[in-house]
Amino acid sequence: MLPELGLVSLLLALLLSLALSVLPMLGAHRGHGPWMATARPLAYAQLLMIAISYALLTWAFLQHDFSVAYVANNSNSLLPLEYRFTAVWSAHEGSLLLWVLLLALWTALVARFSRALPAPVVARVLAVMGMIGLGFLAFTVFTSNPFERLLPGAVDGRDMNPLLQDVGMIFHPPLLYIGYVGFAVAFAFAVAALIDGKVDAQWVRWSRPWTNVAWSFLTLGIALGSFWAYYELGWGGWWFWDPVENASFMPWLVGAALVHSQAVTEKRGNFRGWTMLLAIAAFSLSLLGAFLVRSGVLTSVHAFASDPDRGMFILIFLALVVGGSLLLYAIRAPQVETGKPFAATSRETFLLANNLLLTASAAMILLGTLYPLLAEALDLGKISVGPPYFGLLFILLMAPLVLLLPFGPLMRWQREDITQPMRWLAPWAALAAVAGVVTFFAWPEGTAKTAFGIAGAVWILGGTARFMWQRMRSKGSRFTAEMTGMLLAHAGVAVFVAGVFITESTSIERDVAARAGDQFQLRGYEFKFEGVEKHPGPNYLADRGTVRVFRDGQPVAVMHPEKRAYLAGGQVMTEAALDGSLSRDLYVALGEPLDQSGGWALRLYVKPYIRLIWLGSLMMALGGFVVAFDKRFRRPVVTP
Amino acid sequence: MNPTRKRRLWLILALVAASGVAATLVTLALRENITYLYTPSQVYAGEATDQAVFRLGGMVAKQSLTREYGTLKVSFGVTDGDAVMTTHYDGILPDLFRENQAVIATGRREGDEFVATQILAKHDEQYMPREVALAMGKAHEKHEVPAAAQGAADKPGGY
Repeated sequence: MLPELGLVSLLLALLLSLALSVLPMLGAHRGHGPWMATARPLAYAQLLMIAISYALLTWAFLQHDFSVAYVANNSNSLLPLEYRFTAVWSAHEGSLLLWVLLLALWTALVARFSRALPAPVVARVLAVMGMIGLGFLAFTVFTSNPFERLLPGAVDGRDMNPLLQDVGMIFHPPLLYIGYVGFAVAFAFAVAALIDGKVDAQWVRWSRPWTNVAWSFLTLGIALGSFWAYYELGWGGWWFWDPVENASFMPWLVGAALVHSQAVTEKRGNFRGWTMLLAIAAFSLSLLGAFLVRSGVLTSVHAFASDPDRGMFILIFLALVVGGSLLLYAIRAPQVETGKPFAATSRETFLLANNLLLTASAAMILLGTLYPLLAEALDLGKISVGPPYFGLLFILLMAPLVLLLPFGPLMRWQREDITQPMRWLAPWAALAAVAGVVTFFAWPEGTAKTAFGIAGAVWILGGTARFMWQRMRSKGSRFTAEMTGMLLAHAGVAVFVAGVFITESTSIERDVAARAGDQFQLRGYEFKFEGVEKHPGPNYLADRGTVRVFRDGQPVAVMHPEKRAYLAGGQVMTEAALDGSLSRDLYVALGEPLDQSGGWALRLYVKPYIRLIWLGSLMMALGGFVVAFDKRFRRPVVTP
Repeated sequence: MNPTRKRRLWLILALVAASGVAATLVTLALRENITYLYTPSQVYAGEATDQAVFRLGGMVAKQSLTREYGTLKVSFGVTDGDAVMTTHYDGILPDLFRENQAVIATGRREGDEFVATQILAKHDEQYMPREVALAMGKAHEKHEVPAAAQGAADKPGGY
């Protein structure tokens, strides 16, 4: 009975979203106050209905209701309680419901925190968000009903995918989805402004905090996903240029460009059309990501099982969203850039360069990700594009960004004599070069790559510190939240760059055949393998290895890598053991038993400073959040 | 020329130059990093001769896995139903590597055998890489193997 109620409330939400996409829009069009006023209640009601539906699906998981097909496929009576909550989003149907829930949440938040905006704007923005909600709710109800019954009900479930039975998986999808869906807000503001026809810079000021928050969540989601892949997939890599990773990275890059171009548009009025295009692109790329993951057109670690109907539905939805918004843009966009003119050496130019580099790398990744699909469609054979393609081009595109980054904040708007910032930054450039050279010669395992990483990080940190010092010195200037956030995010880029280059150039990875008692030397650490024992878990049986690590005869860590065989599905999972600190991670994973006499394959890794990668990402995300809370964005708008 | 025109001219020139460089780089990088997928019979038929590095897709042949004692060296047969190609690998096999299940090996051909540098196995019980399913489908059709034996590429499954 309860699952049916869940479906009913989902259908109600569908009707509400239909009303939300039509009524307020018409109201705004005709200047009809009461119709416009329906937007807020409809948004809240939609959220309520979806929340009820989501709660009922969670309840079905908690109660082990195996008569619901989705529960039977993705849970098991042995599944620990905490994972029964997260199993809700462990496969296609439920994760789509989570997506819809978060979209409704964003819609309701926009409704709640838009008191200062004129009524027609609120009506239009909420209506556009309602249309997006309508599309996804229809997708859920018609192709992916999570409440579908299984008759007769299963005696026991087939279990949640063991890869996902992990703490990282509790937070990774929600954070990622909050980010994806959050770009819908910037999109809705842009489309509403286009419909309105008043394409001034005002809409940008309203949507800036939303964009920043969405982008920060996406940053957190991607970083957590990367961390999860690092310790859960058992290979010790942190980024694989896997199609689905790329699908999340493209909106991130375009989102980063959007965050910067919105700042220009809001403050100077320049780049209006461009900012609008970016807002459309960021959300469209989020949708493309959803399509790639859920349509089964790609071979990926993440891909959900294929279903052509679903793929077709999202493809049509994507075409409508992209085609519709671009058409609207073509008709309504500002024909002439009316912003203030700026010289070739000005902050505008540097932000433009930032935007071009970020969008170019997104385009490059898009090409590499879609190329195999394209080749297959054109019958050119089944190909895959290797990680070196992405790695090489990404570094080529990001190197100039790193080089230009410290200049941006130091440049003045409109025009600046370039010699002044150059004079300010020259000592830092020298310091960066010295740091690079010292690294190259003094770091035992350092290569040119390590040196470049350190030099780049010092350059960004130094340039950012120079800007901070300048602000502190000048009289009467305070640090706004906006500025603090920017400094934090830019410092995060420096930490990230250092982490990536150090890890990539100095990590050591060794696969060995080990027997109890064997010892292996790795970068000054001594790994002693003490054998493998059986170790029962709540819903699995593990082979649990013991590895003692010593350095100069002193014990450093006792590590227990596991190989788990899950009882319900019979799947085998590697659970790597980590001993982490800021300066290095020790990583041990059990491979496979090699023979009957206790021989095991072992992976032994030492990864210096890999934590900086995620620390840097965290700083970027925090920076984005801090900017969003700048008081300026909360000041009521004076309508002309 | 007035300053605005001059600026636009420079901008356009810069854009043209940038897109030219980008197009060249992308083409070069793609050419270097594309790997094709073949089944063993396609390889023996000579379809892969112009590829130094390619991916070999198929099923791990039954009872073909052998290990060299005290090392990580393994060898196994990859089959598409028509032909079997002996594949060598020195490293840790993925969790889901099993005999009689789908596998994709990246590496190069040496004589009539294959030396792999990377092994990917299907990553859950129901899911078979689509491209392998397609390639295998052809072999199955030829041998009139019922469709159900192709591995259930379209069953619902997790991530």
